[in-house]
Amino acid sequence: MSPLLSARGWGWRWNARRAHAVQGLDLEVEAGERVLLLGASGAGKSTLLAGAAGLLDGGPDGTGEAEGQLLLDGVPAHEARQLAVAAGAGRARTGLLLQDPQAQTVLARVGDDVAFGLENHAVPAERIWPRVDAALDDVGLRLPRDHPTSRLSGGQRQRLALAGVLALQPRLLLLDEPTAMLDPEGAAALRDVVAERLAATGAGLLLVEHRVDLWVDLVDRVVVLAPGGGVLADGPVGRVLAERGDELAAAGVWLPGRAAVPAGRVRPRPPGGAGEVLLSLEGVAVGRRGSGAPVLTGVDAEVRAGSFTALRGVNGAGKSTLALAVAGLVPPVSGRVRAHPALVGGLAARRRRRPWGSPPPADDPAGWAPRDLVSRVGSVFQDPRHQFVAQTVADELAVGPRRLGLVGEQVDLRVAELLERLRLDRLARANPFTLSGGEQRRLSVATALATRPRVLVLDEPTFGQDARTWAELVDLLAGLCDTGTAVVAATHDVDLCDALAGATWWVGDGRLRTEVPVSAP
Amino acid sequence: MSTGLLDPGAVRPTVLARANPVAKLAVSTLLAVVLLLSVDVVTAGTAVALELLALPLVGLGVRGLLRRSAVLLLAAVPVSVLTVLVGVDSGAVLLEAGPLSVSTGSLESGAAVGLRVVAIALPGVVLLATTDPTDLGDALAQVLRLSPRFVLAALAAFRVVDVLAEEWQQLGLARRARGLGGDGLLAGVRDVAGRVFVLLVIAVRRAAVLATAMEARGFGAGERRGADRTWARPSRLRASDVLVVAGGALLAATATAAGVAAGTWQLLLT
Repeated sequence: MSPLLSARGWGWRWNARRAHAVQGLDLEVEAGERVLLLGASGAGKSTLLAGAAGLLDGGPDGTGEAEGQLLLDGVPAHEARQLAVAAGAGRARTGLLLQDPQAQTVLARVGDDVAFGLENHAVPAERIWPRVDAALDDVGLRLPRDHPTSRLSGGQRQRLALAGVLALQPRLLLLDEPTAMLDPEGAAALRDVVAERLAATGAGLLLVEHRVDLWVDLVDRVVVLAPGGGVLADGPVGRVLAERGDELAAAGVWLPGRAAVPAGRVRPRPPGGAGEVLLSLEGVAVGRRGSGAPVLTGVDAEVRAGSFTALRGVNGAGKSTLALAVAGLVPPVSGRVRAHPALVGGLAARRRRRPWGSPPPADDPAGWAPRDLVSRVGSVFQDPRHQFVAQTVADELAVGPRRLGLVGEQVDLRVAELLERLRLDRLARANPFTLSGGEQRRLSVATALATRPRVLVLDEPTFGQDARTWAELVDLLAGLCDTGTAVVAATHDVDLCDALAGATWWVGDGRLRTEVPVSAP
Repeated sequence: MSTGLLDPGAVRPTVLARANPVAKLAVSTLLAVVLLLSVDVVTAGTAVALELLALPLVGLGVRGLLRRSAVLLLAAVPVSVLTVLVGVDSGAVLLEAGPLSVSTGSLESGAAVGLRVVAIALPGVVLLATTDPTDLGDALAQVLRLSPRFVLAALAAFRVVDVLAEEWQQLGLARRARGLGGDGLLAGVRDVAGRVFVLLVIAVRRAAVLATAMEARGFGAGERRGADRTWARPSRLRASDVLVVAGGALLAATATAAGVAAGTWQLLLT
């Protein structure tokens, strides 16, 4: 019997790209086999999944150029997709789940979204709805069919997309970093659903994921793709991870039982022993702008120089909203965020201009002009792309210093220093939008540091990062604390908190609770 | 983003509200065409009056209607006022101030223009308020036989727009976080241009991912082999839909008849 998936000298080059995304790949996956696909970024993992899903058409009006063969049950993969649709039974050979939950929802109602694939496969209407209900049940989404998809959390959305894939009863599940954008609870829930469905259906799995620790128990074979093309290692999980462990860890793969923590200066930063108070929150309430009741009220807390504060709690509890208030980006609904003299410094009268009323008090960060804010409080957003405003990496870093009134050499000096410190020097002339996820994260942190703020507020800084970028970030943040910068990070990342957090602000049930480790002085 | 126009909200499921979206679309198009034929107070006024009388059938309360149509009413008022002030004068002149003048004639055309905007807009507001975009898409593809690829792509684009409103807000905050903004109008305009550009980049990327996800679930794969996709939500015209269209036609005819009877109806372009 021929294997389910078979690549023979397969390669793919996207139109308008000179280099091949994949080249000279020989790989066979038997029905029901569960394979973890590893490899450095740019090794062509996602391209292979897209190819297996039948989405790469090397024909005259296709999106690129194919070489060799990529077969599903002996049929070229992109033909296999069309044959499955033409068969009208609503059975796909493969089912593809991508990384971004937000970008995969097709329709406005939960049931319609799951039905979408069945409709495309020309399943008669009366047979669609029982399969929709079953698929929703299988992924644990017990919601009415007409529930609006816009009201789902990230984890729920990802399970909805999975339901849409599973409704087509694929024989091979293709998962492309399915948990990279989910919080730990959402990621574990998705992993459990996948495990349960694989056991129930006997379908195979081809998984791309750098959080190996989360998925390792589910797969029985690991294939490591080589960056230049071909296969670097292939075999049972235990053996490949043991033989290639160091190499994989160096490439940023999260391996089970291997701490990514860099040695040296990493330790919790006690808030009490730290420096002077920079910011204090006095009876602060925050909420979504223009929508009723605040999500969080009565917050009293302070931020001291050299401290690391982790801001934790479930999604929707108000973590990000509170972080925006601390960062002086959005004024609180009530109460006040007060900047202390150590932070305000010699702030001139050039505050945020208001055409009416009295000028805001000088100790209110939300009232400062943007250029006064960035030299005092820096912010790093969850999606780095939101923060990019320039054409090249170097220009991006120069924006802040120029806004502070620095010119010429002073700007160049700061830019050069940051480029080197964050390993971005080779990318100085690249467009920020073309960088990899880890590079974009480093750049967004660097842009905030360019104005040398005394308080740095980060929203999920380690989200979806590989182990190497993670360790670099932790090391960088530790260094900042040591030089007196106060760091506040909204995060789900337990490892990050263990590594650095001196104080933890827990949000939940509309309140904030401060927790300081017992060991801290 | 909150004009309230697209908010399905709480609408009582009456016969009219549940009519096939294509029937509702036909009624609003018919009324628009008929009302565009003439600018006169009686025709437009009768149409507005009849439309308001039909409101209970739609299942939309007066408050719900006002909330949704506020934007359109706000457009009708300045159009009327402008017509009153600078429109062609006829009849007795009531007020004169430089180039502006108010006469009985211009008062009448002002009222006619305003009422016409309302009469044309109301059915549209009702259509949007009582129709889910997905149902409209189903009807366009199945009843009017528009290309499924086009209809579904439009529906999917709707999802992306949903997310983009949130992204826009994030971008505004992020630019403040970069120290941008706060230096006057000109820089502000440049700033918005920058935000739009980033938003477009993000939108294109999202759309590409969505297209991949859709194709992986078989979207567009049947076309080359001539296979039709099926529809989980069948949409077809029923007898009640014919009644709805007939009702709309009756309304248009009555309004026109009233205008003709009063002698105010006059075909434009003659």
